[in-house]
Amino acid sequence: MKFLKASLVVLLAVMFVVGSTGCKTATTPPPATKKLKVAFVYVGPHNDGGYSQAHEEGRLYLQQNDPNVETTYSESVPEGSQAEKTFRDYASAGYDLIFGTSFGFMDAMVNAAKDNPKTIFMHASGYKRADNLGTYFGRMEQPDYLSGLIAGKMTKTNKIGFVLPYSIPECIREVDSFTVGVREVNPNATVTVVYTNSWFDPATEGNAAKSLLNQNCDIIASGVDSPAPLDAAFAAGKYGIGYDMDMAAGMKTDAEKKSVLTSRIWHWGPYYLKVAKSVEDGTWTSGDYWGGMADGIVDLAPISSAVPQEVIDYVNTRKQLILDGKYTPFDGPMVNQKGETIVPAGTTMSDADQLNLQWFVQGVIGDIPKSGS
Amino acid sequence: MNPTFGSILIKVLAGALQSSTILLFPTLGEVLTERSGVLNLGLEGLMLIGAFFGFLGAMKTGNPYVGLLIGMAAAAAAAAILAFICVTLRGNQTVTGLALTIFGTGLTGFYGDRWVSQRLATAIKPMAIPGLSRIPVLGPILFSQDLIVYAGYILVALFWFLLFKTKAGVHLRAVGDNAKAADAMGINVVGTRYFWTILGGALAGAGGAYITCGIHPYWLNGITSGRGWIAVALVVFAMWNPLNAFLGSFLFGSIEALQLQLQAGGTYINSALLSMLPYLTTFAVIIVATVIVRVRHVGTPKELGIPYAREER
Repeated sequence: MKFLKASLVVLLAVMFVVGSTGCKTATTPPPATKKLKVAFVYVGPHNDGGYSQAHEEGRLYLQQNDPNVETTYSESVPEGSQAEKTFRDYASAGYDLIFGTSFGFMDAMVNAAKDNPKTIFMHASGYKRADNLGTYFGRMEQPDYLSGLIAGKMTKTNKIGFVLPYSIPECIREVDSFTVGVREVNPNATVTVVYTNSWFDPATEGNAAKSLLNQNCDIIASGVDSPAPLDAAFAAGKYGIGYDMDMAAGMKTDAEKKSVLTSRIWHWGPYYLKVAKSVEDGTWTSGDYWGGMADGIVDLAPISSAVPQEVIDYVNTRKQLILDGKYTPFDGPMVNQKGETIVPAGTTMSDADQLNLQWFVQGVIGDIPKSGS
Repeated sequence: MNPTFGSILIKVLAGALQSSTILLFPTLGEVLTERSGVLNLGLEGLMLIGAFFGFLGAMKTGNPYVGLLIGMAAAAAAAAILAFICVTLRGNQTVTGLALTIFGTGLTGFYGDRWVSQRLATAIKPMAIPGLSRIPVLGPILFSQDLIVYAGYILVALFWFLLFKTKAGVHLRAVGDNAKAADAMGINVVGTRYFWTILGGALAGAGGAYITCGIHPYWLNGITSGRGWIAVALVVFAMWNPLNAFLGSFLFGSIEALQLQLQAGGTYINSALLSMLPYLTTFAVIIVATVIVRVRHVGTPKELGIPYAREER
């Protein structure tokens, strides 16, 4: 497999050289019979069990549901010059549509897009755009909020733990929207945050969950990729809430599956299909797409049988409001940890403020570390 | 309603003992390897090899203990490559050790690809020792663990006895302190270095395999997350003494567990600062140990990292 990948890169490089030296006249085959060539560039392994794998499943969905596309991917592509080369190589090799799925690919994609105006680039989580470079991301905060409703109803100790990698806005948004859900159904419950200060360290992630369980937390929500926090919760006879993928599906026994109340999941497939179709019929235009549950880009995994039907019903009513565009977890009033109202009732926090979010809502126990303090 | 401070502390220390056992095995192995005069910087790679092949073995045989032994064997084989290059070919030990780490990362990433996130049906589970586990405070911390943690206790005592109270230990230390004199005494320098390098590798593999066969029963690329490097630092902390290796591993395991517990308890210390603690301790320990070593001349094998060639001189 790796050998094939390596050969492909060599092949692409050869095609690049050939393409840029001689055969320029013969590069436009008749469009009617031509398949749309789509490439995906991942920052991690395609099977990382988390973020990159969610995109890979989106690619497979696209491949299965659109017979008129031909897809490929590059994995574990380091951010920086290596990434730029990968994007340029795909463009030179005649790929029509290229998805880059990591924030750190931003400048590489901007540069590659500038020199390849006929190729369409799509960048996940970025904010720089051009005529042939669009951006997209998902509002994970909506499933976060819904899973918070479940946690608020299911906790007996009124203490819920949240394992986070870092205190960046993306993670803070998750904790805040989760806590808004928890407090909506259970104003006495609190959400305690523990940071692992690492993108990847299963042993520490498991220990972080254990420390929360020691403090009498009876539900552990995971904001990290490995299943270690959920395992720790199960071992202690408590519940967990997964992230990225349906983590119950990866568990071995029924008891383990049941202990995972739900997971907040990425579901890129339908969106990738939509983008590919719009490129095929020529309706694609550049822009920023921040999709939510209504677009199917994020979702809640099937809810555990441990959760009573009335709770599931309530979650579904709230979900419907989100789907109908009548509610977002960032609707006011939103109150910070000190009790000050930051977002007044009747207003909603702007997308720009959400992207830079640096405060916890009331009910969160934990601090946002300031550097050097 | 809420758990008491004491009951939390007991749980934290019991958990810390598990985390520290991951560090203890590679540290113990490296103490012995370095005592023989060979510096093995490949611990991180060996731990990954042990972790992956241990997982694979447990997956195929259905027995996590057999898996652990397979992981140890795989890491021992990789350490044998280092022994061949460093002892027989007299290659640069620093470079070879670093290469071994990179090799281990790549090898396990490559073969581990299709095993990512798959789970073992049975993992190593705790077995409380009847009687001893009833002792207040110490019982739940020390004697309600799994067999691997108990094996750690036994190995610490065994290796301490072997190193300081037996003829084999005298020979081992002689090889690391003055290979020429040891050779003149009729000790097999090459054989001794091979033996302890390979055994050290097997122990590093055991540390890695303990993660995937016990604590986290699945394979993820890079699952050891740099613990092999902490073990390299711990050897200095331990002043090449197995008893101190146990103390050092436990101290490091406890610091991590305590910093997480402080956060969970709502103590607002910058968590990035807390995460630095194990590494700050490494600095402090290296400085202190280096000073003590210089004053009292204990521990550091005098010919650590120096290849031995009989025909020279």
